[in-house]
Amino acid sequence: MKSNLIKAAVVLCAAVFIQSCKPQGPAKAISGDAAAKAYVAPGKYDEFYNFVSGGFSGQMSVYGLPSGRLFRVIPVFSVDPEKGWGYSEETKPMLNTSHGFVPWDDLHHIALSETDGIHDGRWAFANGNNTPRIARVDLKTFRTAEIIEIPNSGGNHSSPFITENSEYVIAGTRFSIPMDNTNGDVAINTYKENFRGTVSFIGVDKTTGNMNLSFQVLLPGVNFDLARAGKGKSHGWFFVSCYNSERANTLLEVNASQKDKDFIMAVNWKKAEEYIKAGKGEKRTVAYAHNVYSDKTHSATSTMEKEVMVLDPKDCPDMVYFMPCPKSPHGCDTDPSGEYIVGSGKLAAIIPVFSFTKIQKAIADKNYDGDYQGIPVLKYDAVLHGEVKKPGLGPLHTEFDADGNAYTSFFVSSEVVKWKLSDLTVLDRAATFYSVGHLCVPGGPTKKPWGKYLIAYNKITKDRYLPTGPELAQSAQLFDISGDKMKLILDFPTIGEPHYAEAIPADLLSKNSTKIFRLEENTHPYACKGEKDAKVERKGNEVHVYMSSIRSHFVPDNIEGVKLGDVVYFHVTNLEQDWDVPHGFAVKGANNAELLIMPGETQTLAWRPDRTGVFPMYCTDFCSALHQEMQGYIRVSPSGSAVPITFSTGTNKPAAETPAQ
Amino acid sequence: MKKLHILSRILIGIASLTIIIAYFFPVWRIDLFAPQYPEGLVIKIWLNNITGDVDVVNGLNHYIGMKKISVEMFPEFSFLIYIVALFICYGLTIAFTGSRKLLFSYLVVSAIGGVAALYDFYLWGYDYGHNLNPDAPIKVPGMGYQPPVIGHKQLLNFDAYSMPDVGGYIVIVAVVVAGIIWIVEKRLDKNEILFRLINFAPVNFMQQQTTTH
Repeated sequence: MKSNLIKAAVVLCAAVFIQSCKPQGPAKAISGDAAAKAYVAPGKYDEFYNFVSGGFSGQMSVYGLPSGRLFRVIPVFSVDPEKGWGYSEETKPMLNTSHGFVPWDDLHHIALSETDGIHDGRWAFANGNNTPRIARVDLKTFRTAEIIEIPNSGGNHSSPFITENSEYVIAGTRFSIPMDNTNGDVAINTYKENFRGTVSFIGVDKTTGNMNLSFQVLLPGVNFDLARAGKGKSHGWFFVSCYNSERANTLLEVNASQKDKDFIMAVNWKKAEEYIKAGKGEKRTVAYAHNVYSDKTHSATSTMEKEVMVLDPKDCPDMVYFMPCPKSPHGCDTDPSGEYIVGSGKLAAIIPVFSFTKIQKAIADKNYDGDYQGIPVLKYDAVLHGEVKKPGLGPLHTEFDADGNAYTSFFVSSEVVKWKLSDLTVLDRAATFYSVGHLCVPGGPTKKPWGKYLIAYNKITKDRYLPTGPELAQSAQLFDISGDKMKLILDFPTIGEPHYAEAIPADLLSKNSTKIFRLEENTHPYACKGEKDAKVERKGNEVHVYMSSIRSHFVPDNIEGVKLGDVVYFHVTNLEQDWDVPHGFAVKGANNAELLIMPGETQTLAWRPDRTGVFPMYCTDFCSALHQEMQGYIRVSPSGSAVPITFSTGTNKPAAETPAQ
Repeated sequence: MKKLHILSRILIGIASLTIIIAYFFPVWRIDLFAPQYPEGLVIKIWLNNITGDVDVVNGLNHYIGMKKISVEMFPEFSFLIYIVALFICYGLTIAFTGSRKLLFSYLVVSAIGGVAALYDFYLWGYDYGHNLNPDAPIKVPGMGYQPPVIGHKQLLNFDAYSMPDVGGYIVIVAVVVAGIIWIVEKRLDKNEILFRLINFAPVNFMQQQTTTH
């Protein structure tokens, strides 16, 4: 009996022990004062703006930190019917490419503009991964101001990382491909002969921010993954991670994982500028779209460019070097001092840290380990500052604080590891939920990290939120890094898939935020700057409606004389000059979307009526107490009809109510 | 009759010249706050103009049928600048002549002028607030929208505050200075030391003491 009791006790203990070994639920790892740290009271402002890539949504989202509140989704590469982006006649050219109108892309990385290596709060750049493009978002209007397509590229992943005075943003091709000016109709398995990679340098105008494709560097056919500009002492250099040095064209998960080491490429772009000046570039015929939006004409123009200058390293010595880096490097991050370059081999068990000083010495001493496709390879040991030992599994990305610490994400082991740059010791580790990709420390990629928070962008959420069917939210997790230990203080879901993000102190942007567009500066050719200018004009089968909107009516709001087969262009100008009074416009049966028109702005909706009748149109943005009265009608008559064009607001009344003449 | 003391004349001269600043700043302002306008709207009235969020206020006011505020609405703008110029000359004349009579009449004219200006403002406000378009979308029976002449008033969802702006305050201060000088002058007639101090004349305190004893 006694022994049975003992047996039972032992079994029970064992059961409890096994139970306690199982992982705990989603609520673990929360410290007591987390809620207070992420709490921003109603009506109070956040400390930072967080610009987060939307991944396959193609858009850029703007969150507040530390609250994790979503403020705005800026349409960039994908159409957005809510804002009329890509649907209004004015915004359609923004999505033009050499392939025609492309309504979607995959936005991966953000780069905020810098002056002297510090955020200047002027522009946010973003890459389009699928149809290679770079976009510039104006941080006064929080709108996409410019999109430039990248020729000789297949998958613009290694982009749009930026130099310390915003001299250039970079565009490295993920896929190597046959170059645009060659016959691309080749067998895919002739990869090694016919496929090349390029890294493009996009110049940024100091005052306007306008981009131009300054030059491209022609490179061996590897995959370029991520990049960072040097800063401080390493200003003038770019570091780019490369994988698939095996140059496989199929089953890359196996065939591109054969070699022990791939490369981080170091490009001396100041040298490249000298070679361009010295006429070493070769002008190549290509085709790429360059789209610019004007806040004066409230319209975009798309220009097809035809040439690019290409530098070939074989004609330009001392411009490009390769550094061996273990196992398919992904992240390639320079620390705030510019001395250390951290490579993250996706399949590596260590993190190599390279020293810029040693790189310079190895180059001076010609301390090479042979060459790769004609480009010198520097000796690994000669350029290595050291390796972080046993940091975790699957290192991806590294961000920095201002105190000499690095934070690296580990996809496979789902954690963030804090380590010290000087002696490469691991200081702390924090679990993420789950499978973390990019990290963001405010100012982390600059010379002056603002620090305080770290945000982990996770690929998988599983049990973190209420389930929503098979398609779950992706998420961000906010850590307080002000102390020695990282503390998880908030989870918040994100749009699309969050890749890289940057955060900037709120007061650098909030004070410059545009409130309205000035009506007197509106130079849209179809602007209607006052109700007396409202009119309807027929030009063949085009009917142009110069329409005004102001609380709470359109002029005109009764339109007749449109015939089946006509295309009606509603050019709607919002006459308001008051903050936060947009008007919308929608008409029944339109095959595109609504317009959302900011004060002082003109936007155009093209409408092709498909039947005769009377069609309602109305304001879609609740503008005032009489918003629901802000409506009108447009009459469509058969194609041969004699109904003349007429238009009015407030006067088109029944005959009985009209006083006799 | 006795003339004004030299310091009084200098002060009146300076105060009068200071009124020139009123040409470069608004003289009056009306601030409006509502739940959806936490940052406030402001109407600034100058000697010859009206600025600020005029278009926004006009836009809002059409719902209750109020007239559009415009420069043409105020005939005063065509002559106010000359009246103020005359007023400055008036003050300077006092400074030059040192005439006590002129100073007294200046104060009387200022008082009448101030009341007249406020009354004029009241008349405009009454018309503006009561003369409403009968077709207005929003009609509140018995409700007028006359802005306060000075101080605060609730107008539907708006809190309206009416008060002088920089230019107005300068004119008020100039008149107050003139008033204080008038009072001080009256007292000085009875006080020898102050009289001498004010005229930068040497003061013999001993003698003063003996004479007062």
